[in-house]
Amino acid sequence: MLNYISYRVLQLIPLLFAISIIVFVIIQLPPGDFLSQYIAQLKNSGTAVSESTIASLQMQYGLDKSMYMQYFIWIKNIIIHGDFGRSFQYNQPVADVIGPRLSLTLIISLISLIFVWAVAIPIGIYSATHQYSIMDYVFTFIGFIGLAMPGFLIALVLIYFIFAQTGVAITGLFSPEFVDAPWSMAKVMNMLPRIILPVIVIGMSGTASLIRVTRGMLLDELSKQYVITARAKGVAENRLLFKYPVRMAINPLISTIGWTLPALISGEAIVAIVLNLQTTGPMLLKALMFQDMYLCGSFLLILSVLTVLGTLLSDILLAWVDPRIRFGGATE
Amino acid sequence: MSLITTISNALRGGKPNRLRKSQDNSYEVASQWRLMWWKFKKHKVALASAIILLFFYIVAAFCEFLSPNLPEARFTEYKNSPPQKIHFIDPQTGFQFRPFVYGMSAKVDEKTFRRTFAPDPEKKYEIQFFVKGESYKMWGLIPMNVHLFGLKNPKDPLILMGTDKLGHDLFSRIIYGGRISLSFGLVGIVLTLVLGLVLGGISGYLGGVADTIIQRIIDLLICIPTIPLWMALTAALPKGWSAEQTYFGLIIIFSIIGWTGLARVVRGKILTLREEDFTMAARLAGASGFRIIRKHLLPSFASYIIVNVTLSIPGTILGETALSFIGVGLQAPVVSWGVLLQDAQNLETLAYYPWLLWPTAFIILTVLMFNFLGDGLRDAADPYK
Amino acid sequence: MSEEDEIILAMKDVKVHFHLDEGVLKAVDGIDLWIKRGKTLGIVGESGCGKSVTSQALLRIVPKPGEVMGEIKLYRKGKDGDEGIDLIKLDPRGKEIRDIRGGEIAMIFQEPMKAFSPVHTIGNQIIEAILLHATDDKEEAYRLGVDILKKVGMSNPEQRMDEYPHQLSGGMRQRAMIAMALSCNPSILIADEPTTALDVTVQAQVLQLINDLKAKNDTSVIFITHDLGVIAEMSDDVAVMYLGKVVEYTDVDTLFHGPKHPYTQALLNSIPAIGREMKRLESIEGTVPFPMNLPKGCGFYSRCKHAMEGACNSADIPLIEVAKGHFVRCLLVESEQGTTEVKV
Repeated sequence: MLNYISYRVLQLIPLLFAISIIVFVIIQLPPGDFLSQYIAQLKNSGTAVSESTIASLQMQYGLDKSMYMQYFIWIKNIIIHGDFGRSFQYNQPVADVIGPRLSLTLIISLISLIFVWAVAIPIGIYSATHQYSIMDYVFTFIGFIGLAMPGFLIALVLIYFIFAQTGVAITGLFSPEFVDAPWSMAKVMNMLPRIILPVIVIGMSGTASLIRVTRGMLLDELSKQYVITARAKGVAENRLLFKYPVRMAINPLISTIGWTLPALISGEAIVAIVLNLQTTGPMLLKALMFQDMYLCGSFLLILSVLTVLGTLLSDILLAWVDPRIRFGGATE
Repeated sequence: MSLITTISNALRGGKPNRLRKSQDNSYEVASQWRLMWWKFKKHKVALASAIILLFFYIVAAFCEFLSPNLPEARFTEYKNSPPQKIHFIDPQTGFQFRPFVYGMSAKVDEKTFRRTFAPDPEKKYEIQFFVKGESYKMWGLIPMNVHLFGLKNPKDPLILMGTDKLGHDLFSRIIYGGRISLSFGLVGIVLTLVLGLVLGGISGYLGGVADTIIQRIIDLLICIPTIPLWMALTAALPKGWSAEQTYFGLIIIFSIIGWTGLARVVRGKILTLREEDFTMAARLAGASGFRIIRKHLLPSFASYIIVNVTLSIPGTILGETALSFIGVGLQAPVVSWGVLLQDAQNLETLAYYPWLLWPTAFIILTVLMFNFLGDGLRDAADPYK
Repeated sequence: MSEEDEIILAMKDVKVHFHLDEGVLKAVDGIDLWIKRGKTLGIVGESGCGKSVTSQALLRIVPKPGEVMGEIKLYRKGKDGDEGIDLIKLDPRGKEIRDIRGGEIAMIFQEPMKAFSPVHTIGNQIIEAILLHATDDKEEAYRLGVDILKKVGMSNPEQRMDEYPHQLSGGMRQRAMIAMALSCNPSILIADEPTTALDVTVQAQVLQLINDLKAKNDTSVIFITHDLGVIAEMSDDVAVMYLGKVVEYTDVDTLFHGPKHPYTQALLNSIPAIGREMKRLESIEGTVPFPMNLPKGCGFYSRCKHAMEGACNSADIPLIEVAKGHFVRCLLVESEQGTTEVKV
């Protein structure tokens, strides 16, 4: 097991390296480097920029050096100092700006993931064991719609209908008085009811596809020989269902986390813009509009790394539940 | 259980093929497509979707002729006007075959100071068919001025889905926007398809180092959340680019990120097919690699490719819509469904001018239709279901 | 059938019909068979003849949308008396049939790899059966599990208990499968092509094992196979099935030396035998018809060399007892011998 984990972790290193290069390229894409924009920005706001400030910034980010040296300085700053660069839009280190946003994105994505599983798995099991029943058709149909409907459009339409019907604006995660307040119990309580809608909207397509996958997997498993063996042994139907086919279908389902999680984080970005959530999405968009490239590069980098880690966790989880992977011999 | 499977296979796929053997010796391909068509026809929803989509694409192709107004035409008296209703009954003269609309008169609400519109029975405009209106160039080439329908005087308002804050006719703009948004799905998928086929094909057929490299690239692309990556790349497109350049720039970005799914399908399919007995049989019979690909592999997975392509078109359309909607994709004056939705971004406009949501109806309809179509095709293509 | 044979299971006009969209599929269409204590009944036939479905019907585990009809009487010692219990009347999900499955009638399958759950240990799966039928005590169940593994000739039984199916070889897995089936001392063991997926040498060992265990525990065996060689080695009685019907049913010697039904004869002619005159091996022309919307008459009509138009294909052919304990479903036999009809 330990071998397997360390092997998988080692595998990640080139992947992370490649991601960092892509992100660095994106940071460099807009014309002009970050410093000249920063200076222009400061000058626009009427602040005088001293030569020494410029020089020290140039030193810090190695802007006078060649491209690949810049990359190494950038990545070194991140790994050693946790310094992701500076956001000229906020005039703060990127790490400080990103922190709270990122944690909200993580919270919402994780809750969405839990929501997806909590809703999809029971429905999937029901649909598979009651194949071709009326409810199976209903769930399949709903799932189909959920899969096809884009989250941000649903969010848009929901905002309108809820406002038109009740006069309540459902945008934002907090009431105005809590937006900038430090975290407290009251703030959490304030957020809880408001997080429900985003979670549903973000989780909708994930739920729909997981229902499909669960149903398909389980239908596959239900007709397998080992289920018949267990039945022939005299195991009761419900016990049998959960001990064997559900248990087996869980493995491929765990591996779906690998693509559910990126999809959730990705979908969250646009839904958050529509619903005006204080998460990474709107800030990323704003950063892109202002070409605050260190800020958006960092978002991209961190979101990708989180995705990679999520996939790693799901792989480890998979190995933990599946002896065939754990012991390396997977011959069937 | 195996009995049942055997039986249903025998019932569904294994019927002896009584199709005439044609001279070019490609009868096995024809029969596959014909079988697919038979099964597809049974899938009524998919069939209906195909017809609706075809209609959408025809409308998009002839948008200049089919829209009553030009997309940039502004009815300055009718900013943020609600949609007009089409009438057939005139209170004075009774029923008439020729449909007509009423003009609107604006009033300013005393409390909110917003303008509200009410139909004005004094201004009755009859809708004419094949009417001479504003001139345009069909497909940007042929100068024309005939519209399928419109008002005698093109300056009079015909606003079937309301107007935006500048007084543009939303109905005409949705028709024009359809051309951009719908074509984006098709054009976008072509490049994606080429990339997916070539890279997936290389990966599956050659294997070895090429396979490893391509697989690692796919892993990499999957790890980066798609929408933020789209956002970052499209935002990096030069601001000075023309509408066409941005359009193709977006397509390139989408394809570079989006080919992975298709490549996986192609690779997986090739790997299975390579091991199939009929491939081995062909190889033993001395068929060349190219012949095996062309005669055996391609027909075997062409149906899978078609299904996958159908199912990934809506994703591309949605991607364009989403990016344009949040303002990093296509920009006004280009008219796409996403650009049109930019006006519907904040709650206030939505609350007062809900007709600005009309483009969502078309987007959702299109996406659903493609999904139904893809689903029907998948059922038809799968010989074992 | 000799009088001293004690019948423990009797199937009477058993039918298994699948109601599909395309029509009714008659996988098993009225068969009568008897299982005798301590004896082996071989069921032989081509794939799709309904032999596996028959065994599933015995355990009431026919998959949906299958429907089982007829009567299957099980006579358990000291429990059901002379009346027996009709398995078809039981609720297929109920407690009674679940006690019989694994406890009274156990089954081993063709592919031991697929028949074990890959994510549970062998021990876990054997103990599950023991806990269901033999004891409630977990430690005792473990001990019984180890014992039975030892009995089927597994080395290191304790270690095997903790291993997963993929860690065993094919022969080992089939031994484990047999161990699981026998762990609760069933009176009937159904073996559904238990050796088809195994190497020939391993096959012989497994067959030997089944025979030994049968003799030791006085278990009855229903042995399902398409392999006539195996039938000859294993069976006391043999039923030849074709298209969901029994076409010939007799003891093993009569079957191999005096087959009456043209299908049985054709089957026997299609096996190569050492010492037989050098000639081309005979094969049966055509394929098994699809068991749906079948025409009237004999199922073998389309492939039979002796088919008589107007007779064989006009009405259903009855099963005739041509000699004591020898049943044949063929008009030729009837006209030859003029015996009376026994049952339909």
